Amino acid sequence: MNDIVIEAKNLTKRYRGIAVVKAISFSVARGEIFGLLGPNGAGKTTTILMMLGLTEISDGTVRVLDHNPVREPLAVKRRVGYLPDQVGFYDNLSASDNLRYIARLIGLDRAEREEKIASSLAHVGLADVADNRVGTFSRGMRQRLGLAEILMKDAEVAILDEPTSGLDPQVTVELLDIIRDLKHRGVSVLLSSHLLERVQSVCDRVALFNEGKIALLGTVPELGRQVLGGGFRVEVEAEGQGLAEHLARVPGVRKVESAGPSRWLLLAEQDVRPEAAAAVVAAGGRLLRLAVAEPSLEAIYRQYFHEHPHEGERHAA
Amino acid sequence: MRREGSALNGVGVVTLKELDDNLTSVRMRVLEVLIVLFAIVAVYLAIQQVRETTAEDPFLLLRLFTRAREGIPITFVAFLSILVPVMAIGLGFDAVNSEYNQRTLSRILAQPIYRDALLFGKFIAGLLTITFSLVALWLLVIGFGLYLLGVPPSLEETARAFIFLLVTIAYAGVWLALALLFSIVFRSPATAALVTFGLWLLLTFLWPSVLAQMLAAIIAPPDPGYTALGLPTPETTEWGQILSRLSPSTLFGEIAFVLLNPDDVSARSLGAIYLVQLQGAARGALPLGQSLIIAWPDMVGLVAGTIVLFTIGYMVFQRQEVRA
Repeated sequence: MNDIVIEAKNLTKRYRGIAVVKAISFSVARGEIFGLLGPNGAGKTTTILMMLGLTEISDGTVRVLDHNPVREPLAVKRRVGYLPDQVGFYDNLSASDNLRYIARLIGLDRAEREEKIASSLAHVGLADVADNRVGTFSRGMRQRLGLAEILMKDAEVAILDEPTSGLDPQVTVELLDIIRDLKHRGVSVLLSSHLLERVQSVCDRVALFNEGKIALLGTVPELGRQVLGGGFRVEVEAEGQGLAEHLARVPGVRKVESAGPSRWLLLAEQDVRPEAAAAVVAAGGRLLRLAVAEPSLEAIYRQYFHEHPHEGERHAA
Repeated sequence: MRREGSALNGVGVVTLKELDDNLTSVRMRVLEVLIVLFAIVAVYLAIQQVRETTAEDPFLLLRLFTRAREGIPITFVAFLSILVPVMAIGLGFDAVNSEYNQRTLSRILAQPIYRDALLFGKFIAGLLTITFSLVALWLLVIGFGLYLLGVPPSLEETARAFIFLLVTIAYAGVWLALALLFSIVFRSPATAALVTFGLWLLLTFLWPSVLAQMLAAIIAPPDPGYTALGLPTPETTEWGQILSRLSPSTLFGEIAFVLLNPDDVSARSLGAIYLVQLQGAARGALPLGQSLIIAWPDMVGLVAGTIVLFTIGYMVFQRQEVRA
């Protein structure tokens, strides 16, 4: 069995001669959660549509589960579940009727159909409202119904376009839990988002999109090292006079950044937590917190575009 | 370069779902009420007229379709030629754009079906819905006529009425295909409805009697020789007829006239008829086969129009981007 479920090579999309996706290459391994991250209009949705054979490919190739979505769209679509951006359902039909229609299109037989509809609705927590019209559903419920559809389909790959956009934090957490659960079921997940922090926690690897190109690709710590430079980032929260100077004098600390009142971020060559603690105490300060900071995607992203201002300026506007 | 699997995969599922939507929708209820009311009124008026004028008539049943009471010029055929397009457009104008607006299109097309299935299913479901209504209407009219006239129809009359039913369904197909086309082209259902109804009004009321004749007069200017005698120029008349047949309403009217008036001498040809030809023409009704031969080109025209409009819609739909 092949361990690569999606493989894109020099994938390019041009609309009327203007390239919106420019020769991107990446691959998604089986059982992995892969994030396509980037600002709106960076080409994420177009990339997804090309993988599903829903829009034509201008150049390059993409293989999904070893099928070519252009030549064998049905084989791809049979095994891939898709949750579009702002997913829509037939408002006049109930949640279960909406799923029933899809189940018939997939070709599930009657007994299997009813069983799968019930179990997938229960799994996403919509069993109570299975017979309510989707017109009465909130945004979060629609997204969950979309995930139920992917579960019902027994998809091997789930492609989720902006699954968390427009959701409140509580619902987002619930939705990310369902997505993690998909992974535990052995489903490979490719998701796109412009909200970096929300998805950082679920993605094994990410590709940062910018203007149709993949700017960065890898795990979040890898990207952190790549963009923010090697070394440790230590967060210090302490009260006292002139602590910044004392911290700067700790051996191994390259830079001290103020991160708010009584908070500093140390960029260091090694783990300087014991030395930093000693320095604070020696200066007569009260140490409140000391931690090694995980690089955040947000910081990586900002730093990257700080270093490549030309590419980022269009989005800053 | 052959694509994998059948384009018809899922057509049945889509058809059933759309049919279910059509038959349970509010607009269907309204159309049903309209149909029944109009049928009763039209037949009632026709029967009053038939009773007054005809003592012995071999085509009593067909008179139900074509006679109107004096002063109220609503024959059943005229009423159908207006109601059927309204019904077809009403069912088709938001067929595809509503999928975009509800954001369901990309989700449906991510299932293992081709776009063809969605479009075919929607068209078939629309046509089936109209067929159900028209068959019901047809049975209603014939039953009502039997009851009020008390004369059983002959086999030929029934056959003519049945072929007329099929033609009416084909006529509905043209307008349904047109509505479907505009529902693909325009993202807003309101725009699609307005444009389709506008085109229908133009083709039905302005084109045959005014615009086509004006164009004919430009293409083949009237001969002063004929004008001096107060006669229409045959060439101009012919062009006017050819052009007016671009309108499905003209075709439907002509077919209905030929099929339902077998004993009318002017229903023996759809081209220009000269007085000379009518003089000495044998009296009596035309057999069904002959009427069919006369109306055949028009019937083919209706079906061809449906296919052409549907194909254009199909091509536009295949090229459209799925993202809203």
